[in-house]
Amino acid sequence: MSTAAAPPPKKVNRIGLELKQYRGLKTTLCAGCGHNSISERIIECCFEMGIDPQRVIKLSGIGCSSKSPAYFLNTSHAFNAVHGRMPSVATGAMLANHKLIALGVTGDGDSASIGIGQFVHLMRRNLPIIYVIEDNGCYGLTKGQFSATADLGSTLKTGVANDLPPIDTCALAIELGATFVARSFSGDKKQLQSILKAGLSHHGTVMIDVISPCVTFNDHSGSTKSYSYVRDHRHDLNAVDFVPFFDEIHVEDEIEPGELREVTLHDGSTLLLKKIEEGYDPSDMMAAVKTLHEHAQRGQVLTGVFYVNTEKSDFIELLNLTDAPLWQVSESNGGRPQESALAEIMEELS
Amino acid sequence: MSSVETAPVGTGAPIPPDRIVNDFSIQVATVNGSGSQSANLVLLRSLFQMGIPVSGKNLFPSNIAGLPTWYTIRTNKKGYIGRKKEIDFMVAMNAETAREDVLDLPSGAAVVYDEPLHLDAVRTDLHFYPVPFTKIVTPVCPNAKLRKLVKNIIYDGVLAWLLGIELEEIYKALLKQFSTKPKAAELNWNAVQAGYEFAKENLPKTDPFYVERMNATKGKIIIEGNAAAALGSIFAGVSVVTWYPITPSSSLAETLTDYARKYRIDKETGTANFAIVQAEDELASIGMALGAGWAGARSMTATAGPGISLMSEFVGLGYFAEIPVVIFDVQRMGPSTGLPTRTAQGDLIACATLSHGDTFHPMLIPSSPEECFEMAGQAFDLAEELQTPIFVMLDLDLGMNYWMADKFEYPTKPFNRGKVLDSEDLDRRGVFERYRDVDGDGICYRTLPGTENPLAAYFTRGTGHNEAAQYSERPDDWTRNMDRLARKYKTARAKMPAPEIDEVEEASIGLIVCGTTHFAAVESRDQLSSEQGLQTSYLRVRGFPFNRDIIDFIRGHDRVYIVDQNRDGQLLQLIRADCPAEMVSRLRSVRYYGGLPIDSRTITDSILEQEGL
Repeated sequence: MSTAAAPPPKKVNRIGLELKQYRGLKTTLCAGCGHNSISERIIECCFEMGIDPQRVIKLSGIGCSSKSPAYFLNTSHAFNAVHGRMPSVATGAMLANHKLIALGVTGDGDSASIGIGQFVHLMRRNLPIIYVIEDNGCYGLTKGQFSATADLGSTLKTGVANDLPPIDTCALAIELGATFVARSFSGDKKQLQSILKAGLSHHGTVMIDVISPCVTFNDHSGSTKSYSYVRDHRHDLNAVDFVPFFDEIHVEDEIEPGELREVTLHDGSTLLLKKIEEGYDPSDMMAAVKTLHEHAQRGQVLTGVFYVNTEKSDFIELLNLTDAPLWQVSESNGGRPQESALAEIMEELS
Repeated sequence: MSSVETAPVGTGAPIPPDRIVNDFSIQVATVNGSGSQSANLVLLRSLFQMGIPVSGKNLFPSNIAGLPTWYTIRTNKKGYIGRKKEIDFMVAMNAETAREDVLDLPSGAAVVYDEPLHLDAVRTDLHFYPVPFTKIVTPVCPNAKLRKLVKNIIYDGVLAWLLGIELEEIYKALLKQFSTKPKAAELNWNAVQAGYEFAKENLPKTDPFYVERMNATKGKIIIEGNAAAALGSIFAGVSVVTWYPITPSSSLAETLTDYARKYRIDKETGTANFAIVQAEDELASIGMALGAGWAGARSMTATAGPGISLMSEFVGLGYFAEIPVVIFDVQRMGPSTGLPTRTAQGDLIACATLSHGDTFHPMLIPSSPEECFEMAGQAFDLAEELQTPIFVMLDLDLGMNYWMADKFEYPTKPFNRGKVLDSEDLDRRGVFERYRDVDGDGICYRTLPGTENPLAAYFTRGTGHNEAAQYSERPDDWTRNMDRLARKYKTARAKMPAPEIDEVEEASIGLIVCGTTHFAAVESRDQLSSEQGLQTSYLRVRGFPFNRDIIDFIRGHDRVYIVDQNRDGQLLQLIRADCPAEMVSRLRSVRYYGGLPIDSRTITDSILEQEGL
């Protein structure tokens, strides 16, 4: 990398791009919105991992969260779909070109209410996608109504209490077949970075629920998704570290080998989970769901990587597609069967 | 069965008229799920193989087994294959409906019936042929469990004797029907022969209906419209198919799946150059198809009315964000769940302007399997050329029934992939704005995700945007964009397939139809001419937005009858919206919305009434 040129070389990543080439437009979300922190983490992670932004598609639905793809990766194609139905658009796009990297950004309203049907079937298909729910427990863009992830008993700014139980998108995703399921907090830079980077190395559906307080409508004392509430009640399941496959893999000194669980991801990189819970095994689906429910009952916001499965085929593999992306199918490469095929069919029908 | 409780109806024994050859309709009344479909298709195919023009229409319930179903076969030496109102030859197998079936017949019709039904007690003016089906089936089908299924094919043997269908052709048709099940073919063949022998020995012929070999079906095929549309898509290079089961469109996606597996798998690698996904609902199937179209694949979905309603929001996005996709709408009777197994042309207005705000969507309207095949190909070209959702409007009659058709012509034109810029194009231009009308035709250039060029990316959205695809709420940006989309509508108009026109010089009245109404209309014109000396010109619409020829056609006639298979005259409404005000008064309407395919008599009678004849 080093050259003899006089000016100090700009800091570039392994594909020769600078950090600024991963940026997007200036955000129009509220100052202090957790979503902006998530956008920052996405920018840093894609830069540090050397992801080619031209291979990335940014997908979103409708809502504050779904506006955020405009604020990162300016040289990636983006698709702002209809409310709750980004998963189907992502699925179609990946079918057309499975070489793309799908990065979906959605909200709790978009995914857990209007889009729960598509969320369910996306998880079930294990489509290769990083699916980030920016979860603030409310509808920000329509001024603060409850969403389906709002906790029982949490209140609106007006004092109205929520009397319905929340949907735990992580427990649901695990049960449905997503192969990388995690929860983090927009205010925890290090953990969110590690999880996002590991997710970028995984093949299959990566479902990350990021608690992202709404500073305008849901950052008051009655909310269970405010900054102060999450800081006071969060409980880390595991300390997450991530070693990209292109770095030399090493174990940090302070981690006792007996406390480490290494998960080798598809591209050869390693996810290091420092176990805090006794006997927690991220490949055990049943244990993951149980742990989530137990902590929810205690009123704790559990964060970390709950479940990883590197064995299961993703949706593209199941379809046994040609290596060339389907958009390239043309009349000259098999997209139009031979004349003899039509003659054969006509003969059968006559 | 209570058929003997009332006195028989009729005016005495029928007088045998002259022989009626190759010009009558047969209706088979059975119970859904009883294997009658095989028996009916074998019958249809046998007649077709004898060279006689034939059409088959399945009138079936929204049910899997147990409810009454009727299958109508029409033979017509002149080639009329629209539905014929009157039934000439009834095969009554269903105790539930037999009495009513027989009471509905015109005097002089013939009835083959299951002997225990005693239908000869219902009327005196019909030709009755009792057949003890259960007695006949027992010796030819030792397996009692299969008897219910084999029993029906016996009537093929009985009809062979009564009508003069060549047994050899029935055998050939049986082999085709049971091509993968030789044992079933043999069992059924034995039953056909048993039926034939019984009829020969016990049923002296008294009715006038006969078939005779012709040479009118040589080189033709028999196919459903859905299968034809599926084949058209396969040969048009469709690569992403997303769908959700719904009658009457399911067989389009299912047939497509079968053909794709056979003809679109790479022999060396065993990999597929297509993806077919049964989605969780129509919201997802259109979303996936749009996502795939956005990323550059030739994508499609197939659905029917309720699915169209669900797709409404996404189709608006497809229009506004300008994404190619093909939507096959196999129309059934609405509104709401409606009559899922009955035909209609009830989605014309819905599809033309689907979704909120100002929208329009091009539609292709095939009337035959040949056009289903061709228009499927055209639809994929148009979708990519116009960068917008394209509807192909079949109906249940066309999609699910078997039609005679000419063999499909192999398409030789290269695919038209539309205005797509690759990385080199972008370097050459040095600038890219997704929604700038560079060519003045309303169609802008697009790039595909994954294009390796920093200029390529743009933001696709359903919100207001300027030429550079940036979010904009400015009134001038919004208006300019909507005006450009209106320009695209004009461009689309010139690209739609021209109507089929038969202009008769001395005719002062004209007919305008679309889709399957064609077959009844052709026959109706002959009826008007032969019965009343009324000459008519004819125009069959094949695409929307309408070609200007339609206005010229209206201008050339005093009165123009627009025939619709819906209550509100939807084709009429769409044409009226395009029609200069001074010509609107020339437009008249013929409407049928009973759920069966429209028949010629309905059109003829309505026109005669409105003409005061």
